[in-house]
Amino acid sequence: MNTVFTIAQTEARRIFVSPLAWAVLAVMQLILGFVFINMLMDYARNAALTGQFMGVADYIGGGLYGFATIILLLVMPLLTMRMFAEERKSGTLTLLLAAPASLIEIVLGKFFGLFAFMLAVIGLLALMPLTLLSGTHLDVGRIAAGLLGLLLMMMSFGAAGLFVSTLTKEPTIAAVASFGLLLLVWLIQILGNQQIPFAAVFSYLSLIGHFESLRRGIFNSADVIYYFLFTAFFLWLAVLRLDMERN
Amino acid sequence: MDNANLIEARELSRRYGMTHAVSGLSLTLRKGEILGLLGPNGAGKSTTLKMLAGCLAPSSGSIRINGIDVGENPKAAKANLGYLPEQPPVYPELTVDEYLRYAAGLHGVPSAERASAVTRAKQSCGLGDVAERLIGNLSKGYQQRVGIAQAIIHRPKVVILDEPTVGLDPNQIREIRSLIATLGQEHSVILSSHILPEIQAVCGRVMIINKGRVVYNEAVDKQARVSNVILGLKRAPDAAALKSIAGVTRVQLLPSGQLRLTVADNADPREALAEAAAKNGWGLYELRAEGKTLEEVFVELTSGEITIHESLKDAA
Repeated sequence: MNTVFTIAQTEARRIFVSPLAWAVLAVMQLILGFVFINMLMDYARNAALTGQFMGVADYIGGGLYGFATIILLLVMPLLTMRMFAEERKSGTLTLLLAAPASLIEIVLGKFFGLFAFMLAVIGLLALMPLTLLSGTHLDVGRIAAGLLGLLLMMMSFGAAGLFVSTLTKEPTIAAVASFGLLLLVWLIQILGNQQIPFAAVFSYLSLIGHFESLRRGIFNSADVIYYFLFTAFFLWLAVLRLDMERN
Repeated sequence: MDNANLIEARELSRRYGMTHAVSGLSLTLRKGEILGLLGPNGAGKSTTLKMLAGCLAPSSGSIRINGIDVGENPKAAKANLGYLPEQPPVYPELTVDEYLRYAAGLHGVPSAERASAVTRAKQSCGLGDVAERLIGNLSKGYQQRVGIAQAIIHRPKVVILDEPTVGLDPNQIREIRSLIATLGQEHSVILSSHILPEIQAVCGRVMIINKGRVVYNEAVDKQARVSNVILGLKRAPDAAALKSIAGVTRVQLLPSGQLRLTVADNADPREALAEAAAKNGWGLYELRAEGKTLEEVFVELTSGEITIHESLKDAA
């Protein structure tokens, strides 16, 4: 466990000393800020329409976090591509492989390092709607459920990206491939809506479906467990893949 | 348990698809020894070292480090090991201090002792002046030193260095060599290289690998030992007089007029010859030892198609 912490600490440091992380955070904040203001104006204009069934937290929080998932889908592969692919390319992966650390510890260490970045994203995303607290009543529970959903979604993106990153030594290929993989899992939802056999299974497997309820403020443990299983599955694949490489 | 052998590798083999990078290689490293691994490019040096460092699982064979089997208990085995691969595994975006602190933690140095471990490693590798700088901004020689510092930070029993002087200028090579020699006082070292003088300068034992097999495994001073003496005398006595000097077994007249004396094992009759020449007025003008240099051994064993290993097999 100590080893996991040591690796995670350094991974987090390496993420935040690189300009990439800051550029990503800045661009993301700019776009989401734009969306946020837009939604706020929209809500102010159509306050009468939304009426008593749609609150500020629902309209703005939910809308903003729905949009954020798309941005995160684009952004997470950029961060995960470095984790194994770049290390393999520059030969630094050997440091970890030759160290007295098991593959599970290495993968978990990397993942928790990435987790620090996810928390930074969540922090930034939380601040935007929370600024409204000064002017209005806000359903903080709904915002929190949405943020939890985003965090879980990012964990899944991160784990899948980590796995794809173990497959290659070209960071760009890792980024493109994990983006493709994530989009595919995302779009499985389309199959779920068709009149085909196993439609329900496809619908269940899709990343997007489980986020919907959390975004609307419904905490369903089944959704949470889905994301944890998704994350664990891909981390496990990453460990297997690294083990294969050793043999 | 016999811990005199810090590394004991038996019958290591490694295949990459159809190619055999290493086949049936056995290797031992004793306490306090600096072992040089020599071989032409592509002989399997790096693959062997990767297997010893636990980065690559052997296709067959076993490795024990300090008596612990790497396959069965990799964590405990690797704790006794420091490894510098061909490319120093350094993160350019970290400073030397940050990186070494990380390496110390990764190798299980308790957090209370990390600061002193980092200071010590910096001292041994001459990194004190660059501690605050980003590794990416350092020269190749310094990066190499950081790599070595990383490998010794946890005071492992065994240090494995894969071509530590590649790409360095002559001054840096000398510095790294003297650093390795210092390391040899506290740690056992395996060093790979294809630079012969380097091996001769720092190693106690040489192992030559060719095509994935060990073709030579001897102490370095074996080559320095005298096997023949070339003697130039203006007024040479007869052969019997020369043979009467202890250690001389055979006398041969060379076309150039000099004499080649074959010498018994572990004998060096040069001093006695000089004394005899002076006493008897033989007119000594040349006296030198003729040993097989490491280079001759190397060329002989690695240039031909047939290795000693294979020729022995054919004979059997």
